[in-house]
Amino acid sequence: MAYILLRYGEIHLKGQNQRFFVDRLVRNVRESIADLGDAQVRHAFGRILVDSPAEEAALISRLRKVFGIVSLSPVRVVAPAFPDIASAAVDMVGAALAARPGVGTFKVDTRRADKRFPLTSMETSREVGQAIWERFPQVRARMDHPDLLVKIDIRDQAYLSSDTIPGPGGLPSGTGGRALALISGGIDSPVASWLAARRGMTIIPVHCYSFPFTSERSKEKVLDLCRVLAGYAGPLRVWIVFFTDIQRTIQLSVPEGLRVLVMRRMMMRLVERLAEQERAAAVVTGESLGQVASQTIESIAAINAVTRLPVLRPLIGADKTEIVARAEAIGTYEISIRPYEDCCSLFVPPHPRTQPGLQEADEAERGLPVGALIDAALQRSERLTITPRWARDPVGVGS
Amino acid sequence: MEIYLDNAATTRPHPVVVESVTRALTVDYGNPSSLHGKGLAAERLIVGARDAVARTLGVEPEDVLFTSGGTEANSLAIRGLAGLARGRHFVTTTVEHSSVRVPLQRLAAQEWVVTELPVDHHGRIAAAQVELALRPDTVLVSVMAVNNELGTMQPIEEISRVVQRHRAAGSPTLFHVDAVQAWGKIPLRPMTWGVDLMSLSGHKVHGPKGVGALYVRPGVRLAPQLGGGEQERGVRPGTENVPGIAGLGAAARLLAADFEETAARMRALQDRLREQIRAIPDVRINTPPDGAAPHVVNATFRSVRGETLLHRLEQEGVFVSTGSACHSHNPTPSHVLLAIGLNTTDAQSTLRFSLSRFTTPEEIDAAASALRHAVAELRALVVP
Repeated sequence: MAYILLRYGEIHLKGQNQRFFVDRLVRNVRESIADLGDAQVRHAFGRILVDSPAEEAALISRLRKVFGIVSLSPVRVVAPAFPDIASAAVDMVGAALAARPGVGTFKVDTRRADKRFPLTSMETSREVGQAIWERFPQVRARMDHPDLLVKIDIRDQAYLSSDTIPGPGGLPSGTGGRALALISGGIDSPVASWLAARRGMTIIPVHCYSFPFTSERSKEKVLDLCRVLAGYAGPLRVWIVFFTDIQRTIQLSVPEGLRVLVMRRMMMRLVERLAEQERAAAVVTGESLGQVASQTIESIAAINAVTRLPVLRPLIGADKTEIVARAEAIGTYEISIRPYEDCCSLFVPPHPRTQPGLQEADEAERGLPVGALIDAALQRSERLTITPRWARDPVGVGS
Repeated sequence: MEIYLDNAATTRPHPVVVESVTRALTVDYGNPSSLHGKGLAAERLIVGARDAVARTLGVEPEDVLFTSGGTEANSLAIRGLAGLARGRHFVTTTVEHSSVRVPLQRLAAQEWVVTELPVDHHGRIAAAQVELALRPDTVLVSVMAVNNELGTMQPIEEISRVVQRHRAAGSPTLFHVDAVQAWGKIPLRPMTWGVDLMSLSGHKVHGPKGVGALYVRPGVRLAPQLGGGEQERGVRPGTENVPGIAGLGAAARLLAADFEETAARMRALQDRLREQIRAIPDVRINTPPDGAAPHVVNATFRSVRGETLLHRLEQEGVFVSTGSACHSHNPTPSHVLLAIGLNTTDAQSTLRFSLSRFTTPEEIDAAASALRHAVAELRALVVP
């Protein structure tokens, strides 16, 4: 059984809409811990307090992934009376000392929203500090960079916390519209999807599947990546597009240097069609400027030319090392580096064109039955629902 | 249609094996160490299995130890000897299975010295190479009987003679043979040949996974790698895997019953497949025409990616392997293919077909036809 205090950031800046964002955040928080027992999730004083029968560690591992939360702290809630506060603070320091052997200094920091409390903030801090020191003489009070910070917030109740755990930030899922996200199984595209989802967008990953040019395990890999994303964003709808015949046709009829570009353009066309069906307003891709031949500005221009949808590229200015660091932090990196190739890497010619003209691309596609290929691919595509790893296995919902 | 040609990775358990495993799980589920009748029934299964395995090698049952499989048998032979040995040198080849290479590499990282003998373009070493590599302090020579990727047989008898001569001159050298791919495919006579240790695995011969055996010549001592009870003469403690061992015993009886006919039938099918692969243009067959086990054909299909070809064949119901199964999760090319002189591109264009007692001529023809079409189709895609 535990209380967790959740802090949100940017939502405070919202004017008239603040209620909408907060309500959605509260709902997402509830859903993220729904299977862990009946919890009370209350919004008060610009924060959210979770009161759940579940274990603290289990709650934190879920809540630290909810978009919109800037930080969270396990809290103890006691009556706003000095003896209760002091004894809770002593307990809390005792637990922290047991868990973190290196702690030698502490500081008590009090905020008193309820000015009827008889002691001032400073006095409260000092008196509680004294109580802690009497019980644990081995720790000293220290004002700058203490090893342990005990925060006391006196409102309707007194809220005590000592650990602040960072959340993912961003805006609550479901507040930012819908977008399809091209996801390959590499390192970049899951990070791009995650960044877009963190801004509150509902992400619908689309994977272009090219069996037998790639293996069934590469599809499993993509679904595992989606499972990680679902751990943040909640259940996801995922499209597995049958891309084999398109790839085969491109390979047979498009000049070598332009194949990757034409492949990307075909993916955009597929996504545009799916966007109508999914009522999605944008596409998210993992492109980073100049990373590979299909990610030069000339290629990007030629790719954008086939769609009217806004193409969001959250990684456009990121270096590979930054993307890798982010992937590690999100938890997708270990999955992305599994050695099954995605369709992008298999057919890459040794020297793809880096500065293709728009006209060249159009000409290269002249022999392609574009519409028929797209129709056929969509007919054989499947839509799955992916739930977070802690929930259930993917459930097919027809194609 | 399902044509399973990945029998060097694992085989389909024989129905008789399934029955004996099931019986050990449902009826004879006692602990062989128990004093009551349930225990005795389980012990009898183990005695019977030990006897059946020993017969296939022409050795005494008490010289057969059961393990959790080929990997443990290899590890026990190498580490068990290193734990007691009176020398510090090992001799092996560059084409051994990772369950031999990795334990030796770990020893090499400590105070041990390991000589890896290079192979010829068939993947074979000569006994003379072993002779040159031996030192007065060589504790073990470890050479596989049949290579898992190529099917190439090593000159085990000749190597054994070399080792015995060396030992006669006063060295402590023993000879270990990883016979996991050889069992049931070629005759194995460790006692006659003077082999000291020989590893076997159940699931390569239609037995269950998770069970294997190590033949240990009388007088050879091994340091146990696990601490526990007195099972398997204390060398391999732990309550016996009775269902697995019963299944292994059943598999051993089955392979002994018609060993020669089965080997001859596989040999004929191997030739049949080899001929049909040879008819495909721009192919290199890596399995040697002579001196190979009867169940493997390894071939390079230039300018086709092995992985893509594998999945294309899978669409036609034909299951094969790129390199060995243990490599297929690893994008770096197989050390065996590189050791026989293939470049990286060719190594990545290589498939292994491996047959079993269940393989039929019709399956070979259908697989070869699917292969011919798949290679042609994929080559049409990669030619710019």
